[in-house]
Amino acid sequence: MDDFLPQLLQQLFNGLSLGAIYALIAIGYTMVYGIIGMINFAHGDIYMIGAYVGLVTLTAVGTQGGVPIWLVIGLMLVVAAIITGVYGFVVEQVAYKPVRNSPRLVALISAIGMSIFLQNWVALGQGARDMAVPQLLPGALQFGGGSGGFEIFIPYTRIMIIVVAVVLMVLLTLYIRHSRMGRASRACAQDMHMANLLGINTHRVISFTFILGAVLAAVGGVLIALAVGKLNPFIGFLAGIKAFTAAVLGGIGSIPGAMLGGVLLGVAETLAAAYISSEYKDIVAFTLLVLILLVRPTGLLGKPEVEKV
Amino acid sequence: MTTASLLRHNLRDAVIAAVLTALVTIPIFGLHLERAGGRTLIVPHWTTVAWACALVFVVQLLRPWLARAWARAPRIQRPALPAATQRQRQGLMLAALLIAVSWPFFAGRNAVDIATLAMIYVMLGLGLNIVVGFAGLLDLGFVGFYAVGAYTYALLFHWAGWSFWEALPLAGAMAAMFGFVLGFPVLRLRGDYLAIVTLGFGEIIRLLLINLTTLTGGPDGISGIPKPTVFGLELTRNASTEGGTTFHQFFGLEFQSLHMVIALYLMALALALVTLWISSRLIRMPIGRAWEALREDEIASRSLGLHPMKIKLSAFTLGAMFAGLGGAFFAARQGIVNPESFTFIESALILAIVVLGGMGSQLGVIIAAILLTVLPELAREFSEYRMLIFGLVMILMMVWRPQGLLPMKRHHLEVGP
Repeated sequence: MDDFLPQLLQQLFNGLSLGAIYALIAIGYTMVYGIIGMINFAHGDIYMIGAYVGLVTLTAVGTQGGVPIWLVIGLMLVVAAIITGVYGFVVEQVAYKPVRNSPRLVALISAIGMSIFLQNWVALGQGARDMAVPQLLPGALQFGGGSGGFEIFIPYTRIMIIVVAVVLMVLLTLYIRHSRMGRASRACAQDMHMANLLGINTHRVISFTFILGAVLAAVGGVLIALAVGKLNPFIGFLAGIKAFTAAVLGGIGSIPGAMLGGVLLGVAETLAAAYISSEYKDIVAFTLLVLILLVRPTGLLGKPEVEKV
Repeated sequence: MTTASLLRHNLRDAVIAAVLTALVTIPIFGLHLERAGGRTLIVPHWTTVAWACALVFVVQLLRPWLARAWARAPRIQRPALPAATQRQRQGLMLAALLIAVSWPFFAGRNAVDIATLAMIYVMLGLGLNIVVGFAGLLDLGFVGFYAVGAYTYALLFHWAGWSFWEALPLAGAMAAMFGFVLGFPVLRLRGDYLAIVTLGFGEIIRLLLINLTTLTGGPDGISGIPKPTVFGLELTRNASTEGGTTFHQFFGLEFQSLHMVIALYLMALALALVTLWISSRLIRMPIGRAWEALREDEIASRSLGLHPMKIKLSAFTLGAMFAGLGGAFFAARQGIVNPESFTFIESALILAIVVLGGMGSQLGVIIAAILLTVLPELAREFSEYRMLIFGLVMILMMVWRPQGLLPMKRHHLEVGP
């Protein structure tokens, strides 16, 4: 049983880095839901597009050209963020804006259509098969392992995921709290009509929300592509559902909730894979989703919703 | 606004749209990733991007004029059912039924095979129509109940040697039970949360089918499932049991595998008709009225004394039952079931059938089911674009015509002046 603690630490670390990705995607779900009360079903596919744009950038810059690694990764993140932000904007204009005043289910079906469209859009453009992503940051920190004990193994890519995610979340929190746009979007989340009456350009706030969500998802996509080493056009579905689970777990509409939910889900899933069976890790996520929605639909940090006639 | 300023305004919009198109298409279509022996290379396709941008630019530039022309164009009449008397309608239905029953005897094997598939989707579409169309509950895990039905027959055959007709009622009952048990806790959730929970259930059922390897055969599934018999007669070349009689021996016919295809089609047609009949009866009964009332306004119907839970649960359970019956038939037709057939995309397809047809409109659902199964078969050379167009159609329908191709019509009486 000497190995128990190091193994647990290893799993917690793995879960934390996975959870950071979930949290980045979940923020997009939760912000959109908070503002227009809609489940953006295509958000997972936006994340997938971010990963593809990152890979295209990486291939265009090249790994042998003598460009420093940190610059390559930075370029991947920035290009993916910009292009995917454009995707977020266009998707909202094309598929969601025209149905904004329709019943919720109409918007949800439109979003499902958009999800199917984006998957096949990428499958058509870049092929439906797995793409390999070259390893940019090989190597890892290693602890312990003396006298045949369990060795904790912390890859640099995973450290990068956590660092980038934490930096972005801090920046986002500051931006939402202190900037003009952040204040406007908080006002819209509270009461869209009132905000509109007080002179806030609500259309612009909604577009901004979609762009911001897409940017964060794109960063998540690039980071996970670097860590996992492969991607295909259909990775968005599962990642999207899991991130949505994270958003619901934390309380949908609450940004700190999405961060907390993402980390909790990542850790729960990794522990389940390690101590129960790796085949059941997706079932754990789905079961968690069902259970939270049944037992506490407002999540950990959400506010209860009052039904109005 | 003067034409000049309008044009200038338009030009700006068109340039923005073209730039956005360029940004969106370049990384996916413009810079194509190709693998050449362990290395990934980029092959640019600039013409595709240029065409896309040019198209978007022109359309956006001419949009006000296009819109004006569109508004001036003669309105196309919405496809509505011609007002027929009760007698005429019965005659039409009888004629349609006669054609549906008799045409496979003159048609080719492939056509009948596709028609069988279309009938399965008609049945599934009508089943989901009860849940989504009548009761207004968005169910994204419908395929889970379809899987339960299919695996019920497959497992009963595999472990106990049951035949199709013995297993069929049980497959329906099993799926209905799943619907009841799963619906019980989740139906109090509101619209989109319900959709996500049902999606979760559908995926859990599929993942369990993959992972319970000893019971379900895992990802490989169960194969060698026998086709249904016709009044106890097998439609195979030789009887599977010693001394058994097959269909062609009994009637003294030459053995033809076409008989099997036609028999399967007729069975699928019968199942679809039963579904149609039951659901069109139900919607006229108090329970059907209650479904619609609850869909339109839950709070109002609750204050009129309806029990929302019971009513929703009945719709959910019935829908699941039809999915289960369809699943058992699907298993018999394919001869093999595996979890691959029960992915989310299948749920989305059935949902698209209901949405395209017009939620609640049975004729619309039937037409949409036939269109969505037959069109992809006709346009095989476009199969790459199939799902792309499918997603696009779902969005466009929601934007332009959310009520579907043939919107549901309420039965109503008009009192003359």
